[in-house]
Amino acid sequence: MGAIVALDALLDQRRIWKGRHISTLRSGHPTGNAQLDAMLPSGGWPLAALSEILIQAEGTGELRLLWPMLARLTQAGEKVVLVAPPHVPFAPAWHAAGIDLRHLIIVNTQGTEALWAAEQCLRSGCCGAVLCWPQRANDRAMRRLQVAAESGQTLAFAYRPAEEAVNPSPAALRLLVESATNQLRVLKCRGGIAPVTPVPFAAWH
Amino acid sequence: MRWACILFPQLALDAVLRARADADAPLVLLSGSAQRRVLQTMNSAARELGLRSGQSLTAAHAITHAFATAEYDSADIERWHQFLAAWAYRFSSHVSVHYPRALLVEVQSSYSLFGPWPRFEALLRQELTALGFQHRIVVAPNAAAARALVNSHDGLAVNDEQLQKVLAQMPVDRLGLERSAATAFSRMGIRLFGHILTLPRDSIARRFSKEVLMHVDTLLGARHLALDCYAPPDFFDSRIELNFEVESHQALLFPLRRLIADLAAYLAGRDSGVQRFTLHMEHRGRNDTLLPIGLLSIEREPSMLFELTRGRLEQLQLPEPVLALRLIARDLPVFVPEYRELFTERPQQSLPWEQLRERLRARLGDNAVTGLQQQADHRPERAWQTGNQAGQAAATRIQGLRPGWLLNEPVAMQFSGFQILAGPERIESGWWDGGDVRRDYYLLETQSGQLAWGYRRVGDTGPLVLHGWFA
Repeated sequence: MGAIVALDALLDQRRIWKGRHISTLRSGHPTGNAQLDAMLPSGGWPLAALSEILIQAEGTGELRLLWPMLARLTQAGEKVVLVAPPHVPFAPAWHAAGIDLRHLIIVNTQGTEALWAAEQCLRSGCCGAVLCWPQRANDRAMRRLQVAAESGQTLAFAYRPAEEAVNPSPAALRLLVESATNQLRVLKCRGGIAPVTPVPFAAWH
Repeated sequence: MRWACILFPQLALDAVLRARADADAPLVLLSGSAQRRVLQTMNSAARELGLRSGQSLTAAHAITHAFATAEYDSADIERWHQFLAAWAYRFSSHVSVHYPRALLVEVQSSYSLFGPWPRFEALLRQELTALGFQHRIVVAPNAAAARALVNSHDGLAVNDEQLQKVLAQMPVDRLGLERSAATAFSRMGIRLFGHILTLPRDSIARRFSKEVLMHVDTLLGARHLALDCYAPPDFFDSRIELNFEVESHQALLFPLRRLIADLAAYLAGRDSGVQRFTLHMEHRGRNDTLLPIGLLSIEREPSMLFELTRGRLEQLQLPEPVLALRLIARDLPVFVPEYRELFTERPQQSLPWEQLRERLRARLGDNAVTGLQQQADHRPERAWQTGNQAGQAAATRIQGLRPGWLLNEPVAMQFSGFQILAGPERIESGWWDGGDVRRDYYLLETQSGQLAWGYRRVGDTGPLVLHGWFA
């Protein structure tokens, strides 16, 4: 260890793994929540990747989480596809959230056909974002969605029950909505370590 | 116009042989009643054993037992004829199955696409050999002449000037005349078509039926032959009967490869592709085993289709031996080769939305893909409707909180211990159209932190009814 190596040069070579690696590539789609954006290594919803939103129950703000992004996409004229939503998207509320309903598409189906439809939409590359509600989807199905999102360069979102948090997932981002404490917890984010501190979610109700 | 006539001298035999792995083994096709089975036709290996067509099966068995037999099925032959027409449709839009066991294809208009005739012919022969059909091909300026010439020529191409000279050398019994007329001519010492041409027309008209002169004129092109053009069917359905009961996947692969190759030939003819097809495996006294195959994108490459099907087939457990294989493809979308740009930013096969929508509708049903519209109505059930994206009514912004999810059917509240955050908000409307609604809506928070939208009918004292979630 005779030679003196400058610390910067060592870091630039990227041969040293840093615990808190701050990605310089902040290419994500803004979530509409500055605190969440700052916490995610991509600086927003990861592009061309699957994001998983784990919810403990319905009616805990899971749609409001995506509305700012969906509003921006539809106003830019990009299609947003809801594959097999669990309930009727109530048009006045979606409209009030700023979403241009002309670019909102609903695909009514169920079961494995829903996964197929979501995959087709993602792979086609003509949609801005695809939201799906997979029922009992296994790891393989999620991986297919992730690969489809990558190959179609489309934002993909999967809503799953919070019990799935213990299972590993190929999604680039996993968010848990904790309804009792009104917090958002990042379980996994590609390109960085998941932050330990949750984001208060109730603040932007 | 240049008409190519492709004659299949042993169509029935080829149709059976191509389903068998060993094409050189002796094979005999049988016809006739159950009491008297007659050898209809046979391949060359069987002929070398001393078998002849017209022999009875018992006589043949007296000579040897070393040959396989199959039924001479005229419906089957007709199906193969149609299949070949579908294949030829790829090369020309004028294909006719006017003559049995032969195809008439108008080729001149396809020269610019497939090259001059020698190259075009080589292509046709190569594909027919790959499909497993023996053939003879002749090109002539009119369809009837092509059909007559193919009786005694192969690989002949005749232009307008040569036609009469070549036809003149044709034996009378090969011209396609009625048998009685042909016999009469030969008994009169007239053996070549050229001799008929030297005869005075009025004497032919007097001695023979009028069809003879009409046929002569048709051959020379003086009279046109009205041909029905072949129109391909809208779906693919092909079946191969196996000659023994098959229990293993391995033995199914050969007929499967044939079926897939046929499908690919058919798809190329229609310039379409396939995304979903079904393989039926027929059993004795039991329903078919179905193997549905769905692809992510539209394909027509035979090797790829075969590998995919093979992968699915190998996972399948066969409940019983298989007697026959059948492949049905009903949905044949237009094949779009993968779009590539030299410098492309998004490397996906960027599919237009219309095409994606059609693909979804094709599989999920016509009403599966809808848009969403807002209606100017205060009743929650009527404040939205599904619809296409064409006419978006200028939506009025409703004052007050509205949930993101609306339940399809309002349900009675199952949980207790909630807290009313806002309300009541009275919605009272619709007395004029029969859908009278008088409700007080509340914004509720459950113990687990869910935000719900519930109502109680005005004047009612019962439990709240859940109608939506503020998701």
